[in-house]
Amino acid sequence: MNVHAEAPARRITGPAALSGDWRRFLNLTMTLALTDWKLRFFGSVLGYAWSLLRPLLLFGILYVVFSQIVRIGDSVENYPIVLLVGVVLFTYFAEVTGDCVTSVVDRESLVRKVSFPRMVVPLSVAVSSSFNLALNLVAVAVFVAASGVSPRLSWLLLPLPILALIVLATGVGMLLSALYVSLRDIGPIWDVISQGLFYASPVFFPIEFVLKFSDDLGRAAMTNPLATIITESRHLLLGDSVLGASQAAGGKVMLLIPLGLILALTALGFWVFNRNAPRVAEAL
Amino acid sequence: MLGSLYARSVSGPPLEGIALAVREVSKAFRLPHEQVHTLKERALHPFRTRSEETLDALNEISIDIRSGEFFGIVGRNGSGKTTLMKCLAGIYRPDTGEIWARGRVAPFIELGVGFNPDLTARDNVLINAVMLGLSPTHARERYDSIIEYAELERFTELKLKNYSSGMQVRLAFSVMVHVDADLLLIDEVLAVGDSAFQRKCHDSLMAARADGRTILLVTHDMNAVQRFCDRAMLIDHGDMITVGDPRDVSRRYEEVNMARYGRSDGPVVAHAGDGTAAILDCWMEDETGERSAQLPHGRPARVRVEVEMRADAVHPNFGFMITDEQGRGVLAIASEATKPQSGHFNAGETVTVDVAFDCVLAVGGYSVSPEVRHSGTERRLKDHRENATSFDVVGAAVSGGMVDLPHSISFARAATVERTGS
Repeated sequence: MNVHAEAPARRITGPAALSGDWRRFLNLTMTLALTDWKLRFFGSVLGYAWSLLRPLLLFGILYVVFSQIVRIGDSVENYPIVLLVGVVLFTYFAEVTGDCVTSVVDRESLVRKVSFPRMVVPLSVAVSSSFNLALNLVAVAVFVAASGVSPRLSWLLLPLPILALIVLATGVGMLLSALYVSLRDIGPIWDVISQGLFYASPVFFPIEFVLKFSDDLGRAAMTNPLATIITESRHLLLGDSVLGASQAAGGKVMLLIPLGLILALTALGFWVFNRNAPRVAEAL
Repeated sequence: MLGSLYARSVSGPPLEGIALAVREVSKAFRLPHEQVHTLKERALHPFRTRSEETLDALNEISIDIRSGEFFGIVGRNGSGKTTLMKCLAGIYRPDTGEIWARGRVAPFIELGVGFNPDLTARDNVLINAVMLGLSPTHARERYDSIIEYAELERFTELKLKNYSSGMQVRLAFSVMVHVDADLLLIDEVLAVGDSAFQRKCHDSLMAARADGRTILLVTHDMNAVQRFCDRAMLIDHGDMITVGDPRDVSRRYEEVNMARYGRSDGPVVAHAGDGTAAILDCWMEDETGERSAQLPHGRPARVRVEVEMRADAVHPNFGFMITDEQGRGVLAIASEATKPQSGHFNAGETVTVDVAFDCVLAVGGYSVSPEVRHSGTERRLKDHRENATSFDVVGAAVSGGMVDLPHSISFARAATVERTGS
């Protein structure tokens, strides 16, 4: 006889974005994220070092261009740190969203063969990229220490904009991965948008440059959640030599726009993903 | 449908002792005629998306599976059995109906889900085990016995891509055996591997069954159904045709297959050959000339095979193989050996082959696989039907041998000889 006969009956309703045991959810997310991360630079000579080297090399190129050729950097205090913060944070966003687009389709074999909460797929991408982000933030810390910037209390608040960035990237990632299943154009479209965001966000320049050019344009640029996150992170790191997000946006009230956008995009991403999750295995 | 008779009013958790309750589960797939995936196609053909078909994969399937039961689901390709399995596994959401399960469900739709060729066996085992529902801690605890069971101790640090396909299958199966769920959903995975591996699969299933686990097996293999299953269900075109004794269900399955065989549409199971002849039917007859699936031991019996010639043929070779429940061939007869000049046949002609023999087979279950070959040295297959029919030999004591031949026994002592006839 079955020794487990007393187990309570459970209704099987099919796949969902979030379902079942949260521990299994966590185990799956972490297992997939670690595998992803292990395989990312698999077979390359430098291996894991690439996750650190890639943004640093991008930083190197931008640094040479904007401090030696275009000379934006000359007028900015601590330009290398300003630039590096921008590059690291933006790279995270671009990486998560870019990898999320095809994530569900790439994991077709899992999605069609095993039952698991579908949200695990985009979340594992975000977690895997977060390992890179953590490594890159260590690099930022080394730069900061090397350039002699003195520690300040505001550093303790730095996790807040970084958390906002992770939430934003994950939310947008959920949206993209769900849409891509039925609309494959999302791939090239997102490539272009991502490139556009690189120039529209204060990555290789501080927001002051746009404000100097035109107040309205600067205010408009600050409605971009990425601009707010990058600007505020620089301000918390370097103090008053860099404008804070609320000053740049023209008042604390104005910050409600990017904050609202983060919440709205994440909610939308979750809603769309959640709505499509039960049928994703059939649509693939 | 069968199920709607009783399940209409039932809702809520199943009774004690029912491991899996399926109630009026239906599932339809929309099949767009052209997969519209890009914006350009949408803009150019805004109305084309309307063109789609609905495929009813499952129609109101209802079944209660008892705890500890070994249950078979059989049906042709495309009959809906894998869709049902995926609904039970929680991979597809049923359109209507309820599914209730007791305890942990582990689906094995495919061996080695999540295997990555660039990772080592160790990493793959851990990922696969977590995907199938183990916690990482449990997966690590069981890792050694998984490797031991797969007999791959010497290759754990090798990347999976350097494994032979047989080794990969062994590894995957070993993980499956070590994921202890209360309810196992197994889809055709037994059809892989060599015979030694198959035996191991079978042993593991028997062990799981002895443990009191509930097992659902989707298969084409009627021998497996009859050997393992307590009950079985036949699905065709998404409808539940019959449910009950595995032997009856197997027989029904063969009938459904045979009935459809003459038609050109739809895939045919376990069929090989170039199609220049088609085996329409195959059955056993007892000494009275009646169709029978129960043959008395030691009495005359006949195998009858009805073949339609699809092309002109000169002296084709008709034959069949009778296999026992373990899949061993016990009797093979070919017309070539006894009657090489079978004759000239025109396309469209139907031939009934009649082979008479004394049924000396031991008591047990057998199946018959008829075939037709071209004459000549090449002997290309015209048609072959695996396990086209099955029958039981009854009426004698179980001897343990494969055949019970007429025989005599004598005992010789030093001085005298005493004879006993049989």
